[in-house]
Amino acid sequence: MHIRPILSSLRKHKIAALLIVLEIAFSCAVVCNALFLIDQRLERMQRPSGAAEQQIVQVRIRSVARNDDSAALTREDLDALRRIPGVSNASAINQPLFGTTVTFSGISLSADQQRSTLRATNYMGDMQLLDTLGLTLVAGRRFHPDEFLDYARLQDPNDTGTLPSVIVSQALAQRLFPDGTALGRTIHVFGEHRIVGIVQRLVQPRDFGTPADYQDAMLLPVNMPYTSGTYLLRVNDPAQREAVLQQARKVLLAHGPRRMIQDKGTMTAEQARAHYYRNDRAMAWLLVGVCAMLLLITALGIVGLASFWVQQRTKQIGVRRALGATRGQVLRYFQLENFLLASAGIGLGMLLAYAANLYLMSAYELPRLPLWYLPVGALALWLLGQLAVLGPARRATRVAPAVATRSA
Amino acid sequence: MFGYYCKLALHSFGRNRLLTALMVLAIAVGIGASMTTLTVFHVLAADPIPGKSAQLFYVEMNVYPDEKYEPGATEPLQLTRRDAEALLRDKRGDRQAMMSAGGVTVVPARAEQTPFSVEARYTSADFFPMFAVPMRYGHAWTAEDDGRRARIAVISRHLNEQVFGDIDSVGKDLQIGDTVLRIVGVTEDWSMNPRFYDMTNETYADSEDVFVPFSTSRDLELGSRGTMDCWGDSPNGPTGENAPCLWIQYWVELGDAGRQADYRAYLESYARQQHDAGRFSHPADNRLSDVMTWLDRNHAVPADVRLQLWLALVFLGICLLNTVGLMLAKFMRHGGEIGVRRALGASRRAIFAQHLVEAGMIGAAGGTLGLLFAWIGLWLVRRQPADYAGLAHMDGSMLLGTLVLALVSSLLAGALPAWQAMRVQTALQLKSQ
Repeated sequence: MHIRPILSSLRKHKIAALLIVLEIAFSCAVVCNALFLIDQRLERMQRPSGAAEQQIVQVRIRSVARNDDSAALTREDLDALRRIPGVSNASAINQPLFGTTVTFSGISLSADQQRSTLRATNYMGDMQLLDTLGLTLVAGRRFHPDEFLDYARLQDPNDTGTLPSVIVSQALAQRLFPDGTALGRTIHVFGEHRIVGIVQRLVQPRDFGTPADYQDAMLLPVNMPYTSGTYLLRVNDPAQREAVLQQARKVLLAHGPRRMIQDKGTMTAEQARAHYYRNDRAMAWLLVGVCAMLLLITALGIVGLASFWVQQRTKQIGVRRALGATRGQVLRYFQLENFLLASAGIGLGMLLAYAANLYLMSAYELPRLPLWYLPVGALALWLLGQLAVLGPARRATRVAPAVATRSA
Repeated sequence: MFGYYCKLALHSFGRNRLLTALMVLAIAVGIGASMTTLTVFHVLAADPIPGKSAQLFYVEMNVYPDEKYEPGATEPLQLTRRDAEALLRDKRGDRQAMMSAGGVTVVPARAEQTPFSVEARYTSADFFPMFAVPMRYGHAWTAEDDGRRARIAVISRHLNEQVFGDIDSVGKDLQIGDTVLRIVGVTEDWSMNPRFYDMTNETYADSEDVFVPFSTSRDLELGSRGTMDCWGDSPNGPTGENAPCLWIQYWVELGDAGRQADYRAYLESYARQQHDAGRFSHPADNRLSDVMTWLDRNHAVPADVRLQLWLALVFLGICLLNTVGLMLAKFMRHGGEIGVRRALGASRRAIFAQHLVEAGMIGAAGGTLGLLFAWIGLWLVRRQPADYAGLAHMDGSMLLGTLVLALVSSLLAGALPAWQAMRVQTALQLKSQ
């Protein structure tokens, strides 16, 4: 099939052709970038935390009055929680994953260092915390029982108690000691701590969006009182999580002074994650909706314009049919025409997509659009164009050669 | 003539019902999407305290020790308790208040009600007149109350109704944890969205339920919330008197440019004093931001909302391109009729007007339907989990804006096709028939 007759026919409809090309171009640009944004959000929402999230539930409880011995009460609470059927471990942690609290501390490599090397989040918890979270130790050891300090003593500037050891995430170990010698080295946070263990993965409670420091996390051997922390429970069977939560509420309220469960801090880890990423999920769905609408509008535009052209060229088609053109040739004429328009649109659209991505990179700190998005977007729009033009083009094939003999 | 053009347009719509519906739908979807996001943006970018926003200033002062100091850094965003208390003592603004967020446990007097946690704000007396907090019962506390660490509180109407029912509870006791505060005032429904006075906590949320004098809150050691940035230990913990911790927000009201200049000079001299006293050796680094500047610097409008706005505008553009293309094709399809009308004496201007009327009618229909879509869109936004979702309501100006946007965009979309229709060569069209 020759392209020239198509081009000369399009030249007669320059503006309409240009408009459809522009529409395809903008759709291509938006769809490419939107798909990329969706992918970014999904990646964020699925970042693993390194913890056994499917088995963890959390309960936050606070006392009404202040006059209780919270450290002793916490020990009793933990004993009671560990006795709940189906619970394998229970701990008090200073900041749960995906919670509202987050603590950062500067890490220095020597005591006299003026500026800290980097800031990492510090988790504090008791003996069972490593198992409650389900972290994987890849080097070194767990904390020894004699290394734990009560939180109250840590807070008291006159207290002489120290934290001799720390466990860090593999990523943090690598950042602090790029030569791979982290185990056994000392760092300075709340005094001097020796790195006694390295866990495969541990992340910050909040995901601020940069994957680079999301894993800057360490674990300190501190017994948290419930008043400054949250109870974490590891449940053997994920199906039992809700039941265990109910039981935990009951057990805690039945015990000790007048206290109240804080609903905002009481849920499964899975719910906490879903809540934390709720805006990302909403945005991803919104983008999906926009893409779908956009493609629909563009397809309808192509259908509309092609139908008009078919109507307009009825006589022309009749003449061609009379002169011996097959139905297939008429069909291919419109398909090729659409392909040319779509190609022009896609070509322009890729430039626009790239420009839009440059803007997004500067305004929203988005990474560069991976190049493979462009052919995928192009393919999608080519397919869309061909599907959209099929209806009108088939109508064109039904034009009888006899039309050529009729006047208008 | 207008009536006749409308009739012609209706006739034309009748001939291509599906296509006309498609054009109307495309405009409506574009208008609906862009008005939904524009409304959300309009609500979030609005001035939370119109009339006063240019006179209220947030005070920042970089008192980091030298090893934490970075020239030109945007942090620290808060003050230490020590500096805030010093500024408050000096009273160099028309009004001024220091504040921080907290959480307290309310123990209702009625035994059948269980205790619950509420958000609190620990602040000083000027907070209420400065932010024009409306009072339902009683009144705010005074600077004397601040000075003598009075055991008093102002509570929200919401909390008042929850604990006491909607009665004048001034003079009654409110149990907070294990202490008792006397209620001196109940605020009217009052919400500042965005909650500009403290950007370290949730930006879009209801105002606090309990307000307590800052001095009292320290006496009672009530729990604090929000960002706490420390660079050392202190004997009484991070909220102690001289703790090297940043956790206080400080606002000052300055009536005119002269007062503002004076205040800047005062901050400068205060920082110099601190420098000379040996707290730090870096130069004074203060900032005074009015409400809108402060909101802007803290990105009060979420980045996602800005992105959605851009997306919706591009979307509208694509919908319009679509409509222009279809309208053009349609008008050109009827080139023969235009030729006949021209031959019968219609002027080019009349042809243009006729087609613009047709385009305008499509636009009006699209705009009306778009308004419905925007209304549905906002309803969907309100069901979103975002903090600001509940605020997404259309007001009068946005309603008017929607209709104007619809009409303008459809006329713009119609202008090119109508122009092309006007330029149809009469003779050529007639000949080809």
